[in-house]
This record gives sequence, C-alpha cells and structure tokens, in this order.
Amino acid sequence: MRSPFRGRPGPLRKLGDFLDDRTGWRGLVHEALYERVPGGARWRYVWGSTLVFAFMTQVITGLFLWASYSASAQTAWESVWYIQHEMAGGWLLRGIHHFMAQAMVILLALHLLQVVIDGAYKAPREVNFWLGLVLMMLVLGMALTGYLLPWDQKGYWATRVATNLAGLVPLVGPQLQQLVVGGPDYGHHTLTRFFALHAGFLPATLVLFLVVHLALFRKHGLHAKQPVTRPDGMFWPDQLLKDTVAMLAVMAVVLGVILVPAVRAMLAGGPVVAGELGAELGAPADPSQPYAAARPEWYFLFLFQFLKVFEGWGATGEFLGAIVVPGVIMLVMFLMPIVGRWRLGHRFNVAFTLGLLAGVAALTGLALDEDYYAVWADKQRLAEAARLYDETGGDEAKVLASVGDKAKARAVAGQFHAVEKLRRSEAFLAAVSTARADAERAAELAGRPERIPPAGALDLVRRDPLAQGPRLFAQHCGSCHAHVDPARPDAAAILAKSSAANLHGFGTAAWMRGLLDPEQVAGPAYFGNTAHREGDMVGFVQGDLQDKDTWKQADIEAVIAVMAAESGLGDAATPAQTIARGRELVAATDRCGGCHRFGDNGTDLGTACDLTGWGGREWLVGIIRDPTHERFYGTSNDRMPSFGKAAESAAPLLTAEQIGLIADWLRGAWYRPATLAGE
Amino acid sequence: MQTTKADGDRDSAGDTRRGFLAKVAALACGGLATVAPLAAGVWAFLDPLRRKGAAATFLPVTELTAVPDDGVPRQFAVVSERIDAWTGFPREPIGAVYLRREKGSQQVEALSATCPHAGCFVELEADGRCFRCPCHNSTFTRDGGIVQPSPSPRVMDALECQVSESGAVSVKWQNFYTGIADKVARE
Repeated sequence: MRSPFRGRPGPLRKLGDFLDDRTGWRGLVHEALYERVPGGARWRYVWGSTLVFAFMTQVITGLFLWASYSASAQTAWESVWYIQHEMAGGWLLRGIHHFMAQAMVILLALHLLQVVIDGAYKAPREVNFWLGLVLMMLVLGMALTGYLLPWDQKGYWATRVATNLAGLVPLVGPQLQQLVVGGPDYGHHTLTRFFALHAGFLPATLVLFLVVHLALFRKHGLHAKQPVTRPDGMFWPDQLLKDTVAMLAVMAVVLGVILVPAVRAMLAGGPVVAGELGAELGAPADPSQPYAAARPEWYFLFLFQFLKVFEGWGATGEFLGAIVVPGVIMLVMFLMPIVGRWRLGHRFNVAFTLGLLAGVAALTGLALDEDYYAVWADKQRLAEAARLYDETGGDEAKVLASVGDKAKARAVAGQFHAVEKLRRSEAFLAAVSTARADAERAAELAGRPERIPPAGALDLVRRDPLAQGPRLFAQHCGSCHAHVDPARPDAAAILAKSSAANLHGFGTAAWMRGLLDPEQVAGPAYFGNTAHREGDMVGFVQGDLQDKDTWKQADIEAVIAVMAAESGLGDAATPAQTIARGRELVAATDRCGGCHRFGDNGTDLGTACDLTGWGGREWLVGIIRDPTHERFYGTSNDRMPSFGKAAESAAPLLTAEQIGLIADWLRGAWYRPATLAGE
Repeated sequence: MQTTKADGDRDSAGDTRRGFLAKVAALACGGLATVAPLAAGVWAFLDPLRRKGAAATFLPVTELTAVPDDGVPRQFAVVSERIDAWTGFPREPIGAVYLRREKGSQQVEALSATCPHAGCFVELEADGRCFRCPCHNSTFTRDGGIVQPSPSPRVMDALECQVSESGAVSVKWQNFYTGIADKVARE
C-alpha cells in the first residue's frame, strides 16, 4: 500500500509493516472492508449486521454476567438478586442482556423477511438460507434456556411447560425431557444443564454456523435489490455507516427501555432505585405455590395462544400444536429455496412468510387481549350481565326468571362470554400483581443486613409472615374469619359473607374499641355471625357497660388501652396511670374479672377467655393451636378447629411454624427495611 | 475477488471529504453502540473493589484453662458469623489461630495460622517444637520466629489477644498482606 505520508515512515507505520510482513493483516482488513455493494448501500441490508452486533452484545454482557452468576437451585436466584440489587451497574448489565435478547428476536424476523422478500434465498444462496434458519433456531434456543437461569417463578413455570412439551416428542419424549431437565425432577442439574446450553453449547454452535454463514455471504456477495439502477457502492464506509447507525439505534432502544422508567420517576420527583430498573426478577421459584401469572416471554406468546386452539384434544392436541405444526412450518421454510425455483414459488414463499408473521402477530394480540381484557373492557356496559352472571352462575333459565323478558335475557346471556373473559382477565391481572408484590418482598427480605440464609431465598420467603400469612389465612381461616380494614368501601359486603370475627387489627385499641361498642359487638365484625351472638359478652357490652355510673367513658378507654398494651400493640405513650386503672378494672371480679381470668385475679378458667397476654403472640398461637383449651373458649368453642392439636393418628392441620406465621402476620410482626434517616 | 476495482474505488472516494466523514461517523456510531455493553460489564466487574472485608474485631476463641501453660502452641478455630456476597452464614469456623502460654503466665500469645510467605496454612510439627508451612517449607520457632533459611519474608503474624477476668480468650481477627517484609493489615 502507498503511504499517504511523505518522508520517512513513523514508528507506528514501521510496526504495521513488521506485522503485515508476518501476518498479512492489511490484506485481511482490506478484504473485510472493501466489499462491493451492487447498486449502492441501502438501509434494507442492515439487518444481518445488527444481528451480529446484537449477538456480540450478548456475548459481552453474557460473559460479564457469567462472572457473577451461580447456577444452582440455592444460588441462582440469589446471585441474580445480588447482580440486580447489590452490584454497581449490575442492573444495567442485566437489563442490556435481557432486552437485547428480545431485540434479537425482532431483528431475526426482520432479517428473514428481507431475505425472503428480496429473493435472497434463491440459487446459489440456498445453503446460506438454511444456515440462517439453523441460526434462528439456535437464537430461540438461547432465549428459551436463558429464561430459566434466574430461577424465579416465571422462568421456572415457563420452563416446566416447555420441557413437558418436549416430553411429547414421539418415541424418545420422556427420555429427552429427563435429559434436558437433568433428572426426574427440576433442580440443580436443570440449572447447570440449561446454563451449559445457554452459555456453552448453543453459542459455540452458533459461532460455528455464523462463521460459515458470513463466509458464504462474502463468497456469493450481497444479494442486491432488483433491479439495480444505481452505481455500485462500497461496504466501507457506505454500507457500514448505515449498519452502525442501525446498531446504535438498536442499542438506543434497548437503553431506552431500561432507562425510561428512571427518567419518568425522576420527572415525577420520586426516588430512582437502580435495582428496580431493567430486567424483572420474580420471586424465587417455588414448586409448592400456584403461579397463575405464568406466561412465556412475549415472543413465545403466539405458541402459547396457538396451543389453546387444541384445548380439549388432550396430549394429541398439544403434540399437534407444539410439535407437528411448528415442525411443518419449519419444513416449509427449509423447502423455500426449492419451492422458489417454481414460477409462482417465490410469491408463495413471500405470502407464506408474511402470513406466518401476520398469524404470529394475531395470536400474540389475541393472547394479550385475553390477559389484559379487564384493562380496556367497557365494564359499565357489562355491569348488568356481570351481576346476573355472578347471581345465576350463567344458567339461562335462572337469567330468564330474573329478567322476565326473553329478548333481554338472550341479550344478557350473549354477554356472558365477555363476562367470563373479563373474570379470567381480572384473575390473571390479580395474579400478576400478587407475583409483583411477592417479587418485591423477596428482594426486600434478601436485602436484610443479615442477608440470605445458606438454604436460599425460598427458605427466607417461606418463613416470612408477610408473604405466608395472607396465604395461610385464606386457606385455613378465611372461610369463616374476615380480614378487612373496616374503612374499606367494600368492607360491609365482605363482612356480611363472614361467619366469625374480623381479625383485621386484632389486638389493637381500634379492634377492642369496636368490641366494646354496643352497635358493633353483635355485628358481623365481632360476634354477629357466631354462636356467641346472644352470649354473655354481647349481653355485657349492650347491658352493664352502658351503665354510665359504673362504667365512665374514661374507664372504658382505660380497659381498651390496657388490652392493647397486653397484646404488645398498644400506644407506648399511654400514661402509666391509665394503664394502672385499666389493669384494676380488667382484673376486678365485679368488672371484666367476673368472667375473665386476668393475671392473678383468681377467676376460674373455663368461663371466658384468659385475658392475660391477650392478643400477644403466645396468646394467639395458643388459641389457634387449640381454642377448646380452657384458657380460651373451652367447651363453648364455636366451630373453630384446633389447628395445632393432632387428632388421633393424624398430623395437626397446621405446624407450629405455620401457626406462628399466622400469628405474626395478624400482629403485623414482620421484617420492615429501615427507612432512610429523616423519613 | 474485486481487489483492483475496489482499490480504484477506494482511492477515488477515500480522498473526498464525504468519504472521510462517513468513515468517522461509522466508527463513532459503531464505537458508541459497543461502549454501552462493555461499560456496563466492566462497571459490574469492578464491583468487588467497592467491597470491604469485615472490620477487625475481637472474637472469642476459647477459655484460658484450655491453653496449657507449657509453652507449646495449640490450634483453635475462630468462629464467627460471616457474609459471603448474598449468603449470610450463621456462626461457623472461619479460620484458625495458634495460642500458647508460658509457664505460670496469665498472658496468651496468638499467632495467625496464615503463612506470611504465600498464605498457606502453617502446621505445627507433631512434637510441638516448631511450625512448618507445607507449601514452601517456611519454618518457624514455636513463638513464631523465622528459622533460616526460609522463603518467608517475616516472622509469623502475631494477633492481638485479650484474656477477660473470667478467663475468656479472644483474638483480634485480621488478615495481613503476604510476601512482604512488613506486617500490613488488609482493610
């Protein structure tokens, strides 16, 4: 090469010459850059380059993530949490990897579309087209395997579905599934295998195919858009400029997706928490908890929706939907270069590809519409149908009886389909919001100063009253007891359905004040729906307690204050005098102590609850364990099971740990992160 | 190969201002696009530099009566809670020290079991007369002094040791840089 410089060559030039003599690098660079672009550079040729760029981004970010990731059932979620919330820049690194993977799927579709529309798959480029299809499957394989690696609820459940579908493959299905899963069940080896696939086998294979793909691309040259009307251009810098602009645009979109929430939060004046930016991390994978929010990543949503077409066909339907149909589609695509030789073949190929993408888009749209219908549904319009649906359970005869008019009944019944869709969507959205709350709570617990126990984050979540309390309560207590803030607008409706006391705020002064209120004591929030509706306590509150000569308002307040203090949920600022007066009243045998034991007031147990330590953890655990104990309701216990007392030759309904979780949750005793100073 | 033609094209186009700008722009765009993942990666990779080890604190090791006053060192485990990235470990052995006591003395000397040469675990010879490092044969007297010739640049690292009135022995647990003549504590 001629030097553009005059005079003696500089040291850099000399070094370049030295290396060129021994490696021929200038020739290689020259060959790489000075490729002719027939008809000049065009934007439509950028997709292949953006895909290479996206892959390189994944390699870079993936290697750095690898440096901090730990693939095992006890450390995968934990290490990803650490990357996301603790490591400087971890959220950005993970965010780029996560969203570039999604960008890659879109770029793949665009690249394929451009190749098919331009007829670039035809002779002599058939082999390269096939290589491209293999590359596409490898990329999708990496997306699928990568989804599991954080070992969170969504990755775990999506992978269970995907691997179960693999089990439907004829002849070798079960073996294939067991090999992929790494054993008969999901665990350490599922992660190590998926990780080896995701970061080793698949990318290594991809690089091999990519090298051949690019080599063949250079051998055949760029397939120009026909007809060529403009003069030829050069890859460097004409086409490469367009390519790099497109790469930059792709990266800008990815960064935008990560950073826009931060900008929005900043504009709204709220705090920006780096750990909450970028890729989502769900709650730790838990095979023992239902996960109704389970969905595959959006680019596989069409397949998820497609499988619904075969609902009711059983395993045959899934086999058809998940294996046969996608297999046939891949086969048609592999045959495109051959079909393309036929006169109308090319048109068929273009129509097929467009149709396929349209189908994918339509199915994705349908799936989203079903899931998010409640967001945009006209609930006003469906209000009456929804009411009738809930009342009649969709029985048309009952609807007719209720409406009276045949035409109207038919119109209402015609909306039942929409109502069902609305209900399903509402359930899904509720599951999504539960999943989000669980994820936030898990991250909050992991962030405690004492960090995650060696058994892993799932252990931490399972021992958390805030995470487990509501579930255990709903499962074991909620069929009788309500747990609803009386201030909520729908509280009355919920209380009306309950058949035992409302335990929201149990142990607090507010709860006790309600109990001692003659208007409320026989209401649904207290004894109203129980066998004690006309019991001694109701009689006392509505009778004796109303005698203003015996029970001054200050006395009642003192009793309320002392009971709240007894449960440990009282106001620490209550004057000692009030407490002393309260204790005196509660213990006095002519007041509360006439029925209730309190401390050493000597009242026999068995008549009414022991008020010593009322509402405290030990007291609550005791009553949940065995309400028929003489300390509590004794023989007058109304329906409440003895949850912690084993019946003959059977395990108790709840373990001691579960009872403790319910008690702690009712008392609001769970870990709260220290707030910033000044807050 | 189109080398001749390409060379011609390059020469005619390469000198134009437009061609130069296009090259600069292409390099800038490509560079910018690649900087983001690289920077995020390096940023996260450098995270360990922000981390500090646990502050050196006195950890209870044993009782005075468990250290015989015969001048022979004995090995004791140092037990403590420990945080390793995301995992918080409950109390477990995190290292070992050698303790020894002279005849009739109430003072206990503590030596770190880490060899000052390259950080291996120094072992006490079976007869209790000297320490020997299994890696490069650094040999130390039982009070930690160097027995020459030795690859170790300094004597064994003494640790601060306290004996409470009730006889509880605790040691200030810290690590020192190895391979240098000076005893410098790691932060």
